[in-house]
Amino acid sequence: MKRIYFDHSATTPVDREAAALALEYMTDKFGNASSIHSFGRESRKAVDAAREQVAALLGATPNEIFFTSGGTEGDNLAIKGVAFANRKKGNHIITSAIEHHAILHTCEYLEKQGYEVTYLPVDEYGMVRIEDLKKAITDKTILISIMFANNEVGTLQPVKEIGRIAREKGIYFHTDAVQAAGNYPIDVNELNIDLLTLSGHKFHAPKGIGALYIRRGVKVDEIQHGGGHERNMRAGTENVPGIAGLGKAAEIAKRDMEKKTARLRSMRDRIIREITEKIPHIKLNGHPTERMPGNVNFSFLYVEGESLLLNLDLKGIAASSGSACTSGSLDPSHVLLAMGMTHEVAHGSLRVTLGRDNTDEDVDYFLEVLPEIISRLRAMSPLFGAGGTARAGNPCSECQAHSH
Amino acid sequence: MYTEKVMDHFTNPRNVGEIADANGIGEVGNAKCGDIMRIYLKVDDKDIIQDVKFKTFGCGAAIATSSMVTEMVKGKSLTEALEISNQAVAEALGGLPPVKMHCSNLAADALHEAIKDYMEKKGK
Repeated sequence: MKRIYFDHSATTPVDREAAALALEYMTDKFGNASSIHSFGRESRKAVDAAREQVAALLGATPNEIFFTSGGTEGDNLAIKGVAFANRKKGNHIITSAIEHHAILHTCEYLEKQGYEVTYLPVDEYGMVRIEDLKKAITDKTILISIMFANNEVGTLQPVKEIGRIAREKGIYFHTDAVQAAGNYPIDVNELNIDLLTLSGHKFHAPKGIGALYIRRGVKVDEIQHGGGHERNMRAGTENVPGIAGLGKAAEIAKRDMEKKTARLRSMRDRIIREITEKIPHIKLNGHPTERMPGNVNFSFLYVEGESLLLNLDLKGIAASSGSACTSGSLDPSHVLLAMGMTHEVAHGSLRVTLGRDNTDEDVDYFLEVLPEIISRLRAMSPLFGAGGTARAGNPCSECQAHSH
Repeated sequence: MYTEKVMDHFTNPRNVGEIADANGIGEVGNAKCGDIMRIYLKVDDKDIIQDVKFKTFGCGAAIATSSMVTEMVKGKSLTEALEISNQAVAEALGGLPPVKMHCSNLAADALHEAIKDYMEKKGK
């Protein structure tokens, strides 16, 4: 059966050139980049080259790039590192309700350590309001951390404006750009960004490698102690194969950025347009225009997300959903709920995230099978059609799993 | 994550739909939780389930358990049907992932609600 991968926000295939380079640095060129001999020196050279490539992707300088194991580590290092290093200046952090758990759970941890955290709400499109941000700032605020683009609904945040305000107030601005980096043009100087997290496997580098951009002069404490790697910012022998692969992927991403985003945008807009035409009782989740080029997210009323995903999977299409059943928890996505969506609607969400290898034929096939699946599930749904009124006052009170 | 049997019932659910002259209807769950199951029964004078149909909003497990329970009770007496538990439905499907045992394994409850509805209507 033909298989179509529409889940590029989850992960992407490693670029063959990047994979070949990584393999070279696992086998023939295996030296420890800290070693002084020729084996070590050739690895060091690869690390230096990758640092330049990643810096170029972001408009940064190489000494502002610190390699990490990925997005979660980058977010932890940025948030805790800034919080610990600037404790004397203040203890207040501002973030948003729709951040990834790598940010939210790190902030919750800091709250237990005596920090105060403001979680900004978002509007119905999943966007932070600048007014809310301005109101939240106090003289104790040391860090604003707002994601670049949301992983579920793809909404792009007003990063430049947030950065401008942070700069004005002398507050550091971190952005979790795990979705955007390599997939959307970013210039840290133009956008007033002080720290930026990126993850390799979201743009065709291997898993287990990422980077944190830290603007020169920003005070960050290391959170992992050991050797003096990454200029004392991140102890641990460099993952040279991963770093080399990340560098190559960054180079390719920069090179193909304009072409790729234009193509994805056109496929995205076609999917949104045709779903809207073909299928009734739907809701587009996220911002109509300010969204990631490859992100489509719809709620299909009267349908539950996991059933939808399983049906798509049976047809060879891999997508994702904010339904509770697919999140491993019993509540639907915190992002959709923060956007004011009811549980019912959130349960029926479908996320399609396009990537560079997707074709117009993939989109044709998806648009052909989706309406049938939706009709079939709706025909089975007690919420849909004649007699389709869910009994009100059928509370979840006996549902103990929700009482957490 | 699902057994073959679950996927079979999910892909080809048995007894989907409504019974126009059902004499027992039961519903459990709610949309907030992400699962609603409604069971329709046609019970004859001898308390035998002549026909049973379901409508379900929910995940793969919810649809499969609904389908399974209808297959288990067709032609059975009400007494036999009342003995079927959620656990028994899950077992008949070769088991469910642990996370699904609570929220999506309610088919027997829906069946029991439908039987209760039938009994009440009959004044039993």
